[in-house]
Amino acid sequence: MVLRALRSMIGLLLLAQASVANAALDIEIIGAGEHQIPVAIVPFGGDGKLAQAINEVVVGDLTRSGLFRLVDLAGKSPHELAEVSYPDWQVRGADALAIGTVAVQTNGRIEARFRLLDVVKQVELIGQAVSANGDQVRAVGHRVADLIYEKLTGDKGVFGTRIAYVNRQGRKFSLLVADSDGYNEQTVLAQNEPIMSPAWSPDGSHLAYVSFETGRATIYVQSLYTNQRLVLANFRGSNSAPAWSPDGKQLAIVLTRDGSSQIYLVRSDGSGVRRISFSGAIDTEPNFSPDGQTLLFTSDRGGSAQIYSMPAEGGAGQRMTFGEGNNFSPRYSSDGKGFVYTHYINGKFYIATQDFQNGQVEILTAGGWEKKPSFAPNGKIILFASEARGRGILATVSSDGRVQQRMFTQSGDAREPVWGPHL
Amino acid sequence: MKKLVISIVLVNLLASCASEKPKEPEAAVPESAPVVTAPVATPEAAPAPAPAPVVAVDPLNDPANILAKRSIYYPFDVSAVQDADKPIVLAHAKYLSEHLDRKIRVEGNADERGSNEYNLALGQRRADGVKKMLELGGAKAGQIETASYGEEKPKATGHDEASWSQNRRSDIKY
Repeated sequence: MVLRALRSMIGLLLLAQASVANAALDIEIIGAGEHQIPVAIVPFGGDGKLAQAINEVVVGDLTRSGLFRLVDLAGKSPHELAEVSYPDWQVRGADALAIGTVAVQTNGRIEARFRLLDVVKQVELIGQAVSANGDQVRAVGHRVADLIYEKLTGDKGVFGTRIAYVNRQGRKFSLLVADSDGYNEQTVLAQNEPIMSPAWSPDGSHLAYVSFETGRATIYVQSLYTNQRLVLANFRGSNSAPAWSPDGKQLAIVLTRDGSSQIYLVRSDGSGVRRISFSGAIDTEPNFSPDGQTLLFTSDRGGSAQIYSMPAEGGAGQRMTFGEGNNFSPRYSSDGKGFVYTHYINGKFYIATQDFQNGQVEILTAGGWEKKPSFAPNGKIILFASEARGRGILATVSSDGRVQQRMFTQSGDAREPVWGPHL
Repeated sequence: MKKLVISIVLVNLLASCASEKPKEPEAAVPESAPVVTAPVATPEAAPAPAPAPVVAVDPLNDPANILAKRSIYYPFDVSAVQDADKPIVLAHAKYLSEHLDRKIRVEGNADERGSNEYNLALGQRRADGVKKMLELGGAKAGQIETASYGEEKPKATGHDEASWSQNRRSDIKY
Protein backbone atom coordinates (compact mmCIF):
# COMPACT_ATOMS: atom_id res chain seq x y z
CA MET A 1 0.00 0.00 0.00
CA VAL A 2 1.39 3.30 -1.07
CA LEU A 3 -0.33 5.66 1.26
CA ARG A 4 0.21 4.62 4.81
CA ALA A 5 0.33 7.96 6.53
CA LEU A 6 -2.47 9.99 5.09
CA ARG A 7 -1.93 13.54 6.16
CA SER A 8 -4.98 15.73 6.33
CA MET A 9 -7.38 13.15 5.10
CA ILE A 10 -10.48 14.60 3.59
CA GLY A 11 -13.65 12.62 3.35
CA LEU A 12 -15.12 13.19 -0.06
CA LEU A 13 -18.34 15.09 0.14
CA LEU A 14 -18.59 15.40 -3.57
CA LEU A 15 -20.50 12.96 -5.65
CA ALA A 16 -18.29 9.94 -5.87
CA GLN A 17 -20.85 7.19 -5.94
CA ALA A 18 -20.10 4.56 -8.51
CA SER A 19 -22.53 5.44 -11.24
CA VAL A 20 -22.48 2.58 -13.65
CA ALA A 21 -23.37 3.52 -17.17
CA ASN A 22 -23.62 0.53 -19.38
CA ALA A 23 -25.27 2.17 -22.34
CA ALA A 24 -23.59 1.17 -25.54
CA LEU A 25 -20.46 2.88 -26.63
CA ASP A 26 -19.92 3.45 -30.29
CA ILE A 27 -16.62 1.85 -31.23
CA GLU A 28 -15.01 2.09 -34.67
CA ILE A 29 -12.06 0.00 -35.73
CA ILE A 30 -9.74 1.01 -38.54
CA GLY A 31 -7.07 -1.26 -40.01
CA ALA A 32 -5.94 -4.77 -39.12
CA GLY A 33 -2.83 -6.47 -37.80
CA GLU A 34 -0.28 -7.82 -40.23
CA HIS A 35 -0.92 -11.44 -39.29
CA GLN A 36 -4.42 -12.04 -37.99
CA ILE A 37 -4.93 -15.30 -36.11
CA PRO A 38 -8.14 -17.06 -37.22
CA VAL A 39 -10.03 -18.09 -34.12
CA ALA A 40 -13.52 -19.51 -33.49
CA ILE A 41 -15.25 -18.35 -30.30
CA VAL A 42 -18.32 -20.44 -29.51
CA PRO A 43 -20.82 -18.84 -27.10
CA PHE A 44 -20.64 -20.77 -23.84
CA GLY A 45 -23.27 -23.31 -22.84
CA GLY A 46 -25.21 -23.14 -19.59
CA ASP A 47 -26.87 -19.86 -18.60
CA GLY A 48 -27.78 -18.47 -22.02
CA LYS A 49 -28.12 -14.83 -21.00
CA LEU A 50 -24.77 -14.81 -19.18
CA ALA A 51 -23.13 -16.72 -22.01
CA GLN A 52 -24.32 -14.14 -24.52
CA ALA A 53 -23.05 -11.23 -22.42
CA ILE A 54 -19.65 -12.85 -21.94
CA ASN A 55 -19.39 -13.76 -25.62
CA GLU A 56 -19.97 -10.15 -26.66
CA VAL A 57 -17.12 -8.99 -24.44
CA VAL A 58 -14.69 -11.70 -25.61
CA VAL A 59 -15.46 -11.16 -29.29
CA GLY A 60 -15.30 -7.39 -28.87
CA ASP A 61 -11.93 -7.48 -27.12
CA LEU A 62 -10.29 -9.83 -29.59
CA THR A 63 -11.67 -7.95 -32.59
CA ARG A 64 -10.54 -4.56 -31.33
CA SER A 65 -6.98 -5.78 -30.85
CA GLY A 66 -6.78 -6.19 -34.62
CA LEU A 67 -4.76 -9.37 -34.12
CA PHE A 68 -7.58 -11.88 -34.61
CA ARG A 69 -10.00 -12.86 -37.35
CA LEU A 70 -13.26 -14.32 -36.01
CA VAL A 71 -14.17 -17.49 -37.87
CA ASP A 72 -17.83 -18.08 -38.76
CA LEU A 73 -19.33 -20.79 -36.55
CA ALA A 74 -21.75 -22.07 -39.24
CA GLY A 75 -24.24 -23.23 -36.65
CA LYS A 76 -21.84 -25.43 -34.70
CA SER A 77 -21.87 -24.95 -30.95
CA PRO A 78 -19.82 -27.49 -29.02
CA HIS A 79 -19.45 -26.77 -25.31
CA GLU A 80 -17.59 -29.86 -24.09
CA LEU A 81 -14.41 -31.42 -25.41
CA ALA A 82 -16.32 -34.56 -26.43
CA GLU A 83 -18.55 -32.48 -28.72
CA VAL A 84 -15.66 -31.03 -30.72
CA SER A 85 -15.02 -32.36 -34.20
CA TYR A 86 -11.67 -30.87 -35.21
CA PRO A 87 -12.14 -31.37 -38.99
CA ASP A 88 -15.21 -29.06 -38.85
CA TRP A 89 -12.95 -26.23 -37.68
CA GLN A 90 -9.98 -27.10 -39.87
CA VAL A 91 -12.25 -26.77 -42.89
CA ARG A 92 -13.21 -23.26 -41.78
CA GLY A 93 -9.57 -22.27 -41.42
CA ALA A 94 -9.62 -21.76 -37.66
CA ASP A 95 -6.30 -22.13 -35.88
CA ALA A 96 -7.88 -22.07 -32.46
CA LEU A 97 -11.29 -22.77 -30.96
CA ALA A 98 -12.70 -21.54 -27.64
CA ILE A 99 -15.57 -23.43 -25.95
CA GLY A 100 -17.02 -23.61 -22.47
CA THR A 101 -19.94 -23.32 -20.10
CA VAL A 102 -21.06 -20.71 -17.61
CA ALA A 103 -23.26 -20.96 -14.55
CA VAL A 104 -24.27 -18.96 -11.48
CA GLN A 105 -23.15 -20.76 -8.38
CA THR A 106 -25.12 -21.09 -5.15
CA ASN A 107 -23.10 -18.26 -3.59
CA GLY A 108 -24.10 -15.93 -6.44
CA ARG A 109 -20.76 -15.95 -8.18
CA ILE A 110 -20.42 -16.52 -11.88
CA GLU A 111 -18.17 -19.35 -12.95
CA ALA A 112 -17.09 -19.90 -16.52
CA ARG A 113 -15.20 -23.07 -17.41
CA PHE A 114 -13.55 -22.72 -20.74
CA ARG A 115 -11.06 -24.42 -23.02
CA LEU A 116 -8.91 -23.08 -25.80
CA LEU A 117 -8.08 -25.76 -28.38
CA ASP A 118 -5.38 -25.86 -31.04
CA VAL A 119 -7.39 -26.95 -34.06
CA VAL A 120 -4.36 -27.89 -36.16
CA LYS A 121 -2.55 -29.95 -33.53
CA GLN A 122 -5.81 -31.06 -31.94
CA VAL A 123 -4.62 -30.38 -28.41
CA GLU A 124 -5.94 -28.35 -25.50
CA LEU A 125 -4.04 -25.08 -24.95
CA ILE A 126 -5.98 -23.87 -21.92
CA GLY A 127 -8.48 -25.52 -19.61
CA GLN A 128 -9.46 -23.08 -16.90
CA ALA A 129 -12.25 -21.83 -14.68
CA VAL A 130 -12.79 -18.06 -14.35
CA SER A 131 -15.08 -16.75 -11.64
CA ALA A 132 -16.25 -13.36 -10.44
CA ASN A 133 -18.99 -11.70 -8.45
CA GLY A 134 -22.42 -11.87 -10.03
CA ASP A 135 -22.33 -8.25 -11.17
CA GLN A 136 -18.99 -8.59 -12.93
CA VAL A 137 -20.02 -10.34 -16.10
CA ARG A 138 -17.82 -8.10 -18.23
CA ALA A 139 -14.82 -8.83 -16.02
CA VAL A 140 -15.28 -12.56 -16.74
CA GLY A 141 -15.36 -11.81 -20.47
CA HIS A 142 -12.23 -9.65 -20.28
CA ARG A 143 -10.40 -12.37 -18.33
CA VAL A 144 -11.30 -15.04 -20.90
CA ALA A 145 -10.19 -12.71 -23.71
CA ASP A 146 -6.92 -12.00 -21.89
CA LEU A 147 -6.20 -15.73 -21.52
CA ILE A 148 -6.87 -16.34 -25.22
CA TYR A 149 -4.80 -13.31 -26.23
CA GLU A 150 -1.86 -14.33 -24.05
CA LYS A 151 -1.80 -17.91 -25.26
CA LEU A 152 -2.05 -17.05 -28.94
CA THR A 153 0.17 -13.93 -29.11
CA GLY A 154 2.67 -14.52 -26.29
CA ASP A 155 1.97 -11.04 -24.88
CA LYS A 156 0.21 -10.27 -21.63
CA GLY A 157 -3.42 -9.31 -22.15
CA VAL A 158 -4.71 -5.89 -21.11
CA PHE A 159 -8.46 -6.31 -21.66
CA GLY A 160 -8.99 -6.66 -17.91
CA THR A 161 -7.14 -3.44 -17.05
CA ARG A 162 -8.78 -0.05 -16.52
CA ILE A 163 -8.40 3.44 -17.90
CA ALA A 164 -9.02 6.87 -16.38
CA TYR A 165 -10.05 10.02 -18.22
CA VAL A 166 -11.79 13.34 -17.77
CA ASN A 167 -15.16 14.10 -19.34
CA ARG A 168 -16.09 17.73 -19.95
CA GLN A 169 -19.69 18.62 -20.56
CA GLY A 170 -20.27 22.34 -20.69
CA ARG A 171 -18.87 23.58 -17.39
CA LYS A 172 -19.12 20.20 -15.71
CA PHE A 173 -16.01 18.07 -15.34
CA SER A 174 -15.96 14.42 -14.28
CA LEU A 175 -13.03 12.18 -13.51
CA LEU A 176 -13.96 8.69 -14.66
CA VAL A 177 -12.50 5.21 -14.41
CA ALA A 178 -13.65 2.60 -16.93
CA ASP A 179 -12.78 -0.81 -18.35
CA SER A 180 -10.17 -0.78 -21.12
CA ASP A 181 -13.01 -0.87 -23.69
CA GLY A 182 -14.63 2.23 -22.17
CA TYR A 183 -17.57 0.35 -20.59
CA ASN A 184 -18.45 0.09 -16.93
CA GLU A 185 -17.46 3.64 -16.15
CA GLN A 186 -17.43 4.93 -12.59
CA THR A 187 -17.33 8.53 -11.47
CA VAL A 188 -14.41 9.32 -9.17
CA LEU A 189 -15.06 13.07 -8.93
CA ALA A 190 -17.62 15.41 -10.50
CA GLN A 191 -17.61 19.19 -10.19
CA ASN A 192 -17.95 22.49 -12.03
CA GLU A 193 -14.22 23.26 -12.04
CA PRO A 194 -11.64 21.70 -14.37
CA ILE A 195 -9.91 18.39 -13.64
CA MET A 196 -6.65 17.44 -15.36
CA SER A 197 -3.85 14.92 -15.53
CA PRO A 198 -5.08 11.77 -13.78
CA ALA A 199 -2.19 9.42 -12.90
CA TRP A 200 -2.51 5.83 -11.65
CA SER A 201 -0.49 4.66 -8.68
CA PRO A 202 1.62 1.63 -9.76
CA ASP A 203 -0.66 -0.77 -7.85
CA GLY A 204 -3.82 0.74 -9.35
CA SER A 205 -5.27 1.62 -5.95
CA HIS A 206 -5.07 5.41 -6.18
CA LEU A 207 -5.37 8.22 -8.69
CA ALA A 208 -3.40 11.44 -8.42
CA TYR A 209 -4.96 14.31 -10.36
CA VAL A 210 -5.16 18.08 -10.68
CA SER A 211 -8.37 19.82 -9.65
CA PHE A 212 -9.20 23.53 -9.69
CA GLU A 213 -11.81 23.44 -6.93
CA THR A 214 -9.58 25.59 -4.67
CA GLY A 215 -9.44 28.28 -7.37
CA ARG A 216 -6.03 27.16 -8.56
CA ALA A 217 -4.46 23.97 -9.88
CA THR A 218 -4.08 21.70 -6.83
CA ILE A 219 -2.85 18.09 -6.74
CA TYR A 220 -4.93 15.46 -4.94
CA VAL A 221 -4.37 11.76 -4.34
CA GLN A 222 -7.56 9.71 -4.01
CA SER A 223 -8.15 6.07 -3.11
CA LEU A 224 -10.30 4.25 -5.65
CA TYR A 225 -11.47 1.86 -2.94
CA THR A 226 -12.47 4.24 -0.14
CA ASN A 227 -12.72 7.51 -2.13
CA GLN A 228 -10.76 9.19 0.67
CA ARG A 229 -8.30 11.71 -0.60
CA LEU A 230 -5.53 14.03 0.50
CA VAL A 231 -4.16 17.28 -0.83
CA LEU A 232 -0.74 16.36 -2.15
CA ALA A 233 0.35 19.90 -3.08
CA ASN A 234 -1.43 23.24 -2.82
CA PHE A 235 1.26 25.90 -2.94
CA ARG A 236 0.75 29.34 -4.44
CA GLY A 237 0.50 29.44 -8.22
CA SER A 238 -0.07 26.11 -9.97
CA ASN A 239 0.44 22.58 -8.66
CA SER A 240 0.22 20.02 -11.43
CA ALA A 241 1.45 17.14 -13.61
CA PRO A 242 1.68 14.37 -10.97
CA ALA A 243 3.66 11.24 -11.96
CA TRP A 244 4.20 8.24 -9.67
CA SER A 245 7.58 6.64 -9.17
CA PRO A 246 7.52 2.90 -10.05
CA ASP A 247 7.69 1.93 -6.35
CA GLY A 248 4.75 4.20 -5.53
CA LYS A 249 6.64 5.89 -2.70
CA GLN A 250 7.01 9.31 -4.31
CA LEU A 251 5.68 11.45 -7.10
CA ALA A 252 7.28 13.91 -9.46
CA ILE A 253 5.12 17.04 -9.57
CA VAL A 254 5.30 20.52 -11.08
CA LEU A 255 5.12 23.61 -8.88
CA THR A 256 5.43 27.33 -9.53
CA ARG A 257 5.94 28.30 -5.89
CA ASP A 258 9.54 29.38 -6.55
CA GLY A 259 9.00 31.00 -9.96
CA SER A 260 8.42 29.24 -13.26
CA SER A 261 7.01 25.70 -13.60
CA GLN A 262 9.70 23.37 -12.26
CA ILE A 263 9.83 19.69 -11.32
CA TYR A 264 9.83 18.59 -7.67
CA LEU A 265 9.75 15.25 -5.90
CA VAL A 266 7.31 14.66 -3.05
CA ARG A 267 6.50 11.63 -0.91
CA SER A 268 3.08 10.13 -1.55
CA ASP A 269 1.81 11.58 1.74
CA GLY A 270 2.70 15.12 0.60
CA SER A 271 5.82 15.46 2.74
CA GLY A 272 9.44 16.07 1.76
CA VAL A 273 8.94 18.42 -1.20
CA ARG A 274 12.29 18.77 -3.01
CA ARG A 275 13.06 20.70 -6.18
CA ILE A 276 15.02 18.79 -8.85
CA SER A 277 14.88 21.02 -11.95
CA PHE A 278 16.41 24.49 -12.13
CA SER A 279 15.93 25.72 -15.68
CA GLY A 280 13.95 28.89 -15.08
CA ALA A 281 11.95 27.88 -18.17
CA ILE A 282 8.81 25.73 -18.24
CA ASP A 283 9.62 22.18 -17.15
CA THR A 284 6.52 19.98 -16.94
CA GLU A 285 4.92 16.58 -17.61
CA PRO A 286 7.55 14.45 -15.84
CA ASN A 287 7.35 10.68 -16.34
CA PHE A 288 9.48 8.05 -14.56
CA SER A 289 11.40 5.37 -16.43
CA PRO A 290 10.33 1.82 -15.41
CA ASP A 291 13.53 1.47 -13.33
CA GLY A 292 12.81 4.78 -11.57
CA GLN A 293 16.22 6.22 -12.46
CA THR A 294 15.32 8.73 -15.16
CA LEU A 295 12.61 11.26 -15.96
CA LEU A 296 11.33 12.33 -19.33
CA PHE A 297 9.66 15.73 -19.35
CA THR A 298 8.54 18.64 -21.55
CA SER A 299 10.50 21.88 -21.47
CA ASP A 300 10.75 25.09 -23.49
CA ARG A 301 14.28 25.82 -22.18
CA GLY A 302 15.59 25.66 -25.75
CA GLY A 303 13.04 28.20 -26.97
CA SER A 304 10.17 25.86 -27.90
CA ALA A 305 8.43 22.92 -26.25
CA GLN A 306 10.54 19.76 -26.66
CA ILE A 307 11.12 16.54 -24.74
CA TYR A 308 14.09 16.18 -22.42
CA SER A 309 15.49 13.52 -20.13
CA MET A 310 17.18 13.95 -16.75
CA PRO A 311 18.25 11.82 -13.76
CA ALA A 312 15.32 11.37 -11.35
CA GLU A 313 17.49 12.66 -8.50
CA GLY A 314 18.15 15.86 -10.44
CA GLY A 315 20.93 16.87 -12.80
CA ALA A 316 21.51 18.09 -16.31
CA GLY A 317 18.77 17.67 -18.89
CA GLN A 318 19.35 16.08 -22.26
CA ARG A 319 17.22 17.02 -25.24
CA MET A 320 15.47 14.05 -26.87
CA THR A 321 13.39 15.54 -29.70
CA PHE A 322 14.69 17.63 -32.57
CA GLY A 323 13.52 18.98 -35.87
CA GLU A 324 10.49 20.99 -36.87
CA GLY A 325 7.50 21.42 -34.61
CA ASN A 326 6.88 21.02 -30.89
CA ASN A 327 6.71 17.91 -28.75
CA PHE A 328 4.79 17.23 -25.55
CA SER A 329 3.58 14.63 -23.03
CA PRO A 330 6.30 11.93 -23.06
CA ARG A 331 5.61 8.53 -21.48
CA TYR A 332 7.96 5.58 -21.29
CA SER A 333 7.03 2.24 -22.79
CA SER A 334 6.75 -0.48 -20.14
CA ASP A 335 10.07 -2.06 -21.21
CA GLY A 336 11.79 1.34 -21.02
CA LYS A 337 13.19 0.99 -24.54
CA GLY A 338 11.33 3.93 -25.99
CA PHE A 339 8.62 6.51 -25.36
CA VAL A 340 5.41 7.81 -26.83
CA TYR A 341 4.59 11.51 -27.11
CA THR A 342 2.51 14.17 -28.84
CA HIS A 343 4.06 15.80 -31.90
CA TYR A 344 2.67 19.15 -33.06
CA ILE A 345 3.45 20.57 -36.47
CA ASN A 346 1.63 22.74 -39.01
CA GLY A 347 -1.51 22.99 -36.92
CA LYS A 348 -1.92 19.25 -36.28
CA PHE A 349 -1.19 16.93 -33.37
CA TYR A 350 0.16 13.42 -34.01
CA ILE A 351 0.94 10.47 -31.76
CA ALA A 352 4.57 9.43 -32.20
CA THR A 353 7.08 7.03 -30.67
CA GLN A 354 10.83 7.20 -30.40
CA ASP A 355 13.26 4.34 -29.82
CA PHE A 356 16.10 5.16 -27.41
CA GLN A 357 18.63 2.87 -29.03
CA ASN A 358 18.45 4.02 -32.64
CA GLY A 359 16.60 7.30 -32.14
CA GLN A 360 14.04 6.24 -34.74
CA VAL A 361 10.84 8.28 -34.70
CA GLU A 362 7.56 6.78 -35.89
CA ILE A 363 4.44 8.85 -36.45
CA LEU A 364 1.60 6.43 -35.69
CA THR A 365 -1.50 8.45 -36.54
CA ALA A 366 -2.84 10.49 -39.44
CA GLY A 367 -2.85 13.68 -37.40
CA GLY A 368 -5.57 15.89 -36.05
CA TRP A 369 -6.46 16.80 -32.51
CA GLU A 370 -4.54 13.93 -30.90
CA LYS A 371 -3.08 14.41 -27.45
CA LYS A 372 -1.92 12.76 -24.24
CA PRO A 373 -0.83 9.24 -25.28
CA SER A 374 -0.16 6.45 -22.78
CA PHE A 375 0.85 2.81 -23.30
CA ALA A 376 -1.22 -0.15 -22.23
CA PRO A 377 0.82 -2.05 -19.61
CA ASN A 378 1.82 -4.65 -22.24
CA GLY A 379 3.22 -1.92 -24.50
CA LYS A 380 1.17 -3.09 -27.50
CA ILE A 381 -1.57 -0.45 -27.55
CA ILE A 382 -1.49 3.32 -27.03
CA LEU A 383 -4.50 5.20 -25.64
CA PHE A 384 -4.89 8.88 -26.50
CA ALA A 385 -7.38 11.75 -26.69
CA SER A 386 -8.68 12.53 -30.14
CA GLU A 387 -11.53 14.39 -31.73
CA ALA A 388 -14.23 13.33 -34.14
CA ARG A 389 -17.71 14.55 -35.03
CA GLY A 390 -16.89 17.73 -33.14
CA ARG A 391 -16.35 15.93 -29.83
CA GLY A 392 -13.40 14.89 -27.73
CA ILE A 393 -13.16 11.09 -27.85
CA LEU A 394 -10.92 8.27 -26.67
CA ALA A 395 -8.85 6.50 -29.29
CA THR A 396 -6.24 3.77 -29.41
CA VAL A 397 -3.56 2.79 -31.89
CA SER A 398 -1.50 -0.39 -31.86
CA SER A 399 2.17 0.35 -31.18
CA ASP A 400 2.96 -0.64 -34.78
CA GLY A 401 0.40 1.90 -36.01
CA ARG A 402 -1.64 -0.73 -37.90
CA VAL A 403 -4.86 -0.83 -35.92
CA GLN A 404 -6.77 2.15 -34.61
CA GLN A 405 -10.03 2.40 -32.77
CA ARG A 406 -12.19 5.28 -31.71
CA MET A 407 -14.48 5.11 -28.72
CA PHE A 408 -17.37 7.53 -28.61
CA THR A 409 -18.50 7.99 -25.05
CA GLN A 410 -22.11 8.88 -24.41
CA SER A 411 -21.78 12.65 -24.32
CA GLY A 412 -19.40 15.50 -23.68
CA ASP A 413 -15.71 15.68 -24.47
CA ALA A 414 -13.36 12.91 -23.34
CA ARG A 415 -9.95 14.35 -22.36
CA GLU A 416 -6.73 13.42 -20.62
CA PRO A 417 -6.98 9.61 -20.81
CA VAL A 418 -4.42 7.40 -19.13
CA TRP A 419 -4.12 3.61 -19.16
CA GLY A 420 -3.94 1.95 -15.76
CA PRO A 421 -1.62 -0.85 -14.61
CA HIS A 422 -2.19 -4.59 -14.35
CA LEU A 423 -3.91 -5.27 -11.04
CA MET B 1 -34.99 35.78 -31.70
CA LYS B 2 -34.47 39.16 -33.30
CA LYS B 3 -32.07 40.07 -30.55
CA LEU B 4 -30.05 36.95 -31.26
CA VAL B 5 -29.78 37.77 -34.95
CA ILE B 6 -28.60 41.24 -34.15
CA SER B 7 -25.96 40.02 -31.77
CA ILE B 8 -24.71 37.54 -34.35
CA VAL B 9 -24.42 40.34 -36.89
CA LEU B 10 -22.59 42.36 -34.31
CA VAL B 11 -20.22 39.53 -33.59
CA ASN B 12 -19.57 39.12 -37.30
CA LEU B 13 -18.91 42.81 -37.64
CA LEU B 14 -16.50 42.69 -34.75
CA ALA B 15 -14.82 39.62 -36.17
CA SER B 16 -14.44 41.14 -39.62
CA CYS B 17 -12.85 44.27 -38.30
CA ALA B 18 -10.68 42.44 -35.82
CA SER B 19 -7.06 42.88 -36.58
CA GLU B 20 -4.34 40.83 -34.91
CA LYS B 21 -5.57 41.84 -31.55
CA PRO B 22 -9.01 40.63 -30.61
CA LYS B 23 -11.61 43.20 -29.79
CA GLU B 24 -12.31 42.32 -26.28
CA PRO B 25 -15.85 42.82 -25.18
CA GLU B 26 -14.89 45.64 -22.82
CA ALA B 27 -14.36 44.09 -19.45
CA ALA B 28 -17.59 43.75 -17.65
CA VAL B 29 -17.76 46.84 -15.57
CA PRO B 30 -19.94 46.61 -12.53
CA GLU B 31 -23.09 48.34 -13.55
CA SER B 32 -22.84 50.69 -10.64
CA ALA B 33 -22.63 54.42 -10.16
CA PRO B 34 -23.14 56.44 -13.23
CA VAL B 35 -21.16 59.55 -12.35
CA VAL B 36 -22.90 61.00 -9.37
CA THR B 37 -23.46 64.71 -9.43
CA ALA B 38 -24.02 66.65 -6.31
CA PRO B 39 -27.59 67.67 -5.66
CA VAL B 40 -28.10 71.20 -6.86
CA ALA B 41 -29.22 73.54 -4.18
CA THR B 42 -32.52 75.21 -4.97
CA PRO B 43 -32.46 79.00 -5.29
CA GLU B 44 -35.03 79.55 -2.57
CA ALA B 45 -33.08 77.41 -0.20
CA ALA B 46 -31.73 78.37 3.16
CA PRO B 47 -29.33 81.26 3.43
CA ALA B 48 -26.27 79.16 4.03
CA PRO B 49 -26.35 76.27 1.60
CA ALA B 50 -24.35 73.32 2.72
CA PRO B 51 -21.31 72.72 0.57
CA ALA B 52 -22.01 70.21 -2.14
CA PRO B 53 -20.90 66.82 -0.90
CA VAL B 54 -17.84 65.61 -2.76
CA VAL B 55 -18.55 62.22 -4.23
CA ALA B 56 -15.34 60.41 -5.02
CA VAL B 57 -15.90 58.24 -8.06
CA ASP B 58 -13.77 55.16 -8.02
CA PRO B 59 -12.03 55.19 -11.41
CA LEU B 60 -12.35 51.43 -11.35
CA ASN B 61 -16.06 51.83 -11.94
CA ASP B 62 -15.73 54.30 -14.80
CA PRO B 63 -16.31 52.49 -18.09
CA ALA B 64 -14.38 55.21 -19.89
CA ASN B 65 -11.30 54.74 -17.74
CA ILE B 66 -8.45 52.54 -18.94
CA LEU B 67 -8.97 50.54 -15.72
CA ALA B 68 -12.12 49.15 -17.35
CA LYS B 69 -9.79 47.11 -19.52
CA ARG B 70 -9.02 43.98 -17.56
CA SER B 71 -7.65 41.60 -20.20
CA ILE B 72 -4.14 41.29 -21.64
CA TYR B 73 -3.67 39.40 -24.92
CA TYR B 74 -0.66 37.51 -26.27
CA PRO B 75 0.76 36.05 -29.46
CA PHE B 76 1.09 32.24 -29.68
CA ASP B 77 3.40 30.68 -27.06
CA VAL B 78 4.43 34.11 -25.75
CA SER B 79 4.06 35.15 -22.13
CA ALA B 80 5.53 38.66 -22.08
CA VAL B 81 3.05 41.55 -21.89
CA GLN B 82 3.02 43.18 -25.33
CA ASP B 83 3.77 46.90 -25.73
CA ALA B 84 0.19 47.64 -26.71
CA ASP B 85 -1.12 46.29 -23.41
CA LYS B 86 1.52 47.75 -21.11
CA PRO B 87 -0.48 50.95 -20.43
CA ILE B 88 -3.35 48.80 -19.15
CA VAL B 89 -1.12 46.91 -16.73
CA LEU B 90 0.62 50.07 -15.58
CA ALA B 91 -2.70 51.83 -15.00
CA HIS B 92 -3.77 48.96 -12.74
CA ALA B 93 -0.38 49.11 -11.03
CA LYS B 94 -0.89 52.79 -10.29
CA TYR B 95 -4.40 52.19 -9.03
CA LEU B 96 -3.22 49.39 -6.75
CA SER B 97 -0.35 51.50 -5.43
CA GLU B 98 -2.90 54.15 -4.50
CA HIS B 99 -5.35 51.66 -3.03
CA LEU B 100 -3.24 49.36 -0.92
CA ASP B 101 -6.37 47.80 0.56
CA ARG B 102 -7.42 46.45 -2.86
CA LYS B 103 -6.42 42.96 -3.87
CA ILE B 104 -6.58 41.37 -7.28
CA ARG B 105 -6.28 38.00 -8.88
CA VAL B 106 -4.56 37.59 -12.25
CA GLU B 107 -5.73 34.54 -14.19
CA GLY B 108 -3.63 33.28 -17.09
CA ASN B 109 -5.10 31.33 -19.99
CA ALA B 110 -3.74 29.70 -23.13
CA ASP B 111 -5.08 28.50 -26.44
CA GLU B 112 -5.41 24.76 -26.97
CA ARG B 113 -2.29 24.31 -29.09
CA GLY B 114 0.04 22.43 -26.77
CA SER B 115 -0.50 19.81 -24.10
CA ASN B 116 -2.92 20.68 -21.31
CA GLU B 117 -0.07 20.73 -18.80
CA TYR B 118 2.21 22.86 -20.97
CA ASN B 119 -0.65 25.30 -21.43
CA LEU B 120 -1.27 25.41 -17.69
CA ALA B 121 2.40 26.36 -17.23
CA LEU B 122 2.18 28.92 -20.02
CA GLY B 123 -0.94 30.51 -18.50
CA GLN B 124 0.79 30.67 -15.13
CA ARG B 125 3.83 32.35 -16.70
CA ARG B 126 1.52 34.88 -18.36
CA ALA B 127 -0.19 35.68 -15.08
CA ASP B 128 3.11 35.89 -13.22
CA GLY B 129 4.46 38.22 -15.92
CA VAL B 130 1.52 40.56 -15.37
CA LYS B 131 2.13 40.40 -11.63
CA LYS B 132 5.78 41.31 -12.08
CA MET B 133 4.86 44.32 -14.22
CA LEU B 134 2.24 45.40 -11.68
CA GLU B 135 4.90 45.29 -8.98
CA LEU B 136 7.31 47.31 -11.11
CA GLY B 137 4.50 49.83 -11.51
CA GLY B 138 4.13 50.23 -7.76
CA ALA B 139 1.69 47.52 -6.67
CA LYS B 140 2.68 45.40 -3.69
CA ALA B 141 3.21 41.65 -4.09
CA GLY B 142 0.70 40.95 -1.35
CA GLN B 143 -2.06 42.62 -3.36
CA ILE B 144 -1.74 40.17 -6.25
CA GLU B 145 -2.60 36.49 -6.44
CA THR B 146 -1.93 34.59 -9.67
CA ALA B 147 -3.47 31.43 -11.06
CA SER B 148 -3.67 29.65 -14.39
CA TYR B 149 -6.46 27.81 -16.13
CA GLY B 150 -4.30 26.84 -19.10
CA GLU B 151 -6.64 25.73 -21.87
CA GLU B 152 -9.27 24.41 -19.46
CA LYS B 153 -11.64 27.38 -19.51
CA PRO B 154 -11.67 28.67 -23.08
CA LYS B 155 -13.61 31.86 -23.70
CA ALA B 156 -14.07 30.83 -27.35
CA THR B 157 -14.19 27.18 -28.37
CA GLY B 158 -13.37 27.11 -32.09
CA HIS B 159 -10.25 25.47 -33.52
CA ASP B 160 -9.22 28.68 -35.24
CA GLU B 161 -7.19 31.81 -34.70
CA ALA B 162 -10.33 33.86 -34.03
CA SER B 163 -10.96 31.70 -30.96
CA TRP B 164 -7.35 31.12 -30.01
CA SER B 165 -6.57 34.84 -29.94
CA GLN B 166 -9.39 35.31 -27.39
CA ASN B 167 -8.03 32.51 -25.24
CA ARG B 168 -4.39 33.64 -25.05
CA ARG B 169 -5.20 36.00 -22.25
CA SER B 170 -4.59 37.16 -18.73
CA ASP B 171 -7.56 38.53 -16.82
CA ILE B 172 -7.22 41.00 -13.98
CA LYS B 173 -9.98 40.39 -11.45
CA TYR B 174 -10.74 42.73 -8.57
